[in-house]
Amino acid sequence: MPVAIAPFRAEAAGNAATSAIVRADLERSGLFKLLTPAQALDDRSPLPQAEMRAAGADALLTGSSVRMADGTYDIRYRLWDAVKGQELLARAVTVPGDDLRLAAHRVADEVYEKLTGDRGVFATRIAYVTKSARQFVLHVADSDGEGGRVALTSAEPIISPAWAPNGRDLAYVSFESGKAVVWVQDLQTGRRSTIANFPGTNSAPAWAPGGNQLAVTLSRDSVAQLYLINREGGQPRRLTVSSAIDTEPVFAPDGRQIYFVSDRGGAPQIYRMSLDGSTPERVTFQGNYNISPTISPDGKTLAYINRQGSAYRVTTQDLASGTVRTLSDTQADESPSFSPNGRLLVYASRAQGRDILMTTTLDGSIKTRLLSSGLDVREPAWGPFAR
Amino acid sequence: MNRTLLTLACTLAVSAWLSACGSRVDLKDEVPVESRSATGSTSGSGTGSTPSQSQVTTVTAGRGDGDAAAMAEALRAVGRTVYFDFDSFVVRDDGKRVVDAHAKVLAADRSRRMMIEGHTDDLGGREYNLALGQKRALAVLNSLTLLGVSPNQLEAVSFGKERPSVDGANDAARAKNRRAEIKDAR
Repeated sequence: MPVAIAPFRAEAAGNAATSAIVRADLERSGLFKLLTPAQALDDRSPLPQAEMRAAGADALLTGSSVRMADGTYDIRYRLWDAVKGQELLARAVTVPGDDLRLAAHRVADEVYEKLTGDRGVFATRIAYVTKSARQFVLHVADSDGEGGRVALTSAEPIISPAWAPNGRDLAYVSFESGKAVVWVQDLQTGRRSTIANFPGTNSAPAWAPGGNQLAVTLSRDSVAQLYLINREGGQPRRLTVSSAIDTEPVFAPDGRQIYFVSDRGGAPQIYRMSLDGSTPERVTFQGNYNISPTISPDGKTLAYINRQGSAYRVTTQDLASGTVRTLSDTQADESPSFSPNGRLLVYASRAQGRDILMTTTLDGSIKTRLLSSGLDVREPAWGPFAR
Repeated sequence: MNRTLLTLACTLAVSAWLSACGSRVDLKDEVPVESRSATGSTSGSGTGSTPSQSQVTTVTAGRGDGDAAAMAEALRAVGRTVYFDFDSFVVRDDGKRVVDAHAKVLAADRSRRMMIEGHTDDLGGREYNLALGQKRALAVLNSLTLLGVSPNQLEAVSFGKERPSVDGANDAARAKNRRAEIKDAR
């Protein structure tokens, strides 16, 4: 859909500009063709319908973003149906300076929802890990990867961040004690505690939809096996009993089934089982290396990493039809994670010798690289909708 | 009893103990005697150098301390790293020398505890590699317990692909990264 976005009056320059953030958000969704009106417009301008028709724009967003004396921002915006000549949205919000980016993402969400009928995910957050010379940093950033805030720094690796459904707690694996231990951290207060610190390796946390329990991978008894553990820790309940590796659990949205990786058949494949411990059923059949499953919020699509020759690629499988689709043509993709509306995936990849983050639409047609920090960026996890 | 063991080993010239007794290194063995210890320092003789034929390592006999010193020297000589083949979790013959030396040290001092860290190369996913590294650490742990070490003295953990010994996306680097390191527990 062709949408014209006018630069907002009085907005900041460059990438921090409110309209630039909205534009980049909508671009990344892959659903819009973004245009820029020839004339200067703001939220007070009447709709220049003839010009919009000439430019081929179906909708027009105008606005202003004014810094007030107290450091807050007054943001006003208006969305027009340029074909019908109707106003679709008109709003004014005041936000603290720290929330300017967030406010722009919220504008993008409103525009997205108004034009597609679908809930936008631009004001959600993504967790990821950067690695520099000897420092690992767990960040929480806007859905475009920008505006990152540091949740944890460590001299030892941090992997597998996982968002609690409340969008406030983050589980992850930290090697700070000399081995892999699962922690949960309250992002607002910074308070953290270990929830799985048993002999051997503790890893792969996955929250149950209710947020009261997590599935984890423990090797306390032998090889990696799946366990269920309470949010507060305590004694875990064993879910799988095999002599093979069982790891990377992820809950189906209904909370009744768990998808996971097992090499019980000789090579890593994705399986699913009920929480009552029923016999696991194999789900992936193409190729001999399928790992890192994640399920779309509607429960219909499985995304994972499939090895093709020497390449590891983001792949989806429609769970009803079994149709498999490879979304990338890169060599070393990892850790796919769905946006909470199920329209995008964020994943880790490599380019020019660096770990990078990418987003892709589910048809693979629109890919965007997030961040260009010069650091290795990895282990993305897309957070839930804000409450 | 410890001294008896050591004497026996030297007298019989058990291959795994040759270096500990100040003898020559088997040149057919291509595996580099090199390890990264917990502090990041490098020990061992490195790769490719021919050891001196006339080298003699001094062992000081004493009231028990000599045994410990000799066994520590044995660990230094064989290194503390066990290497694995691609996609394999089997301790190779060259790794058995490392396991044997550690088994003797642990059997001699039941209060001593060691951590076995499994590692993988850089191919594939982080979590699955974590589980693969754990299998390597368990393979070494099982080898040690078969030699009489108590499981209570050991913990097998994994770093997956998170802590490579050598950087580089090539076969040589990957061969060095598929390993288990045996370290004194903290």
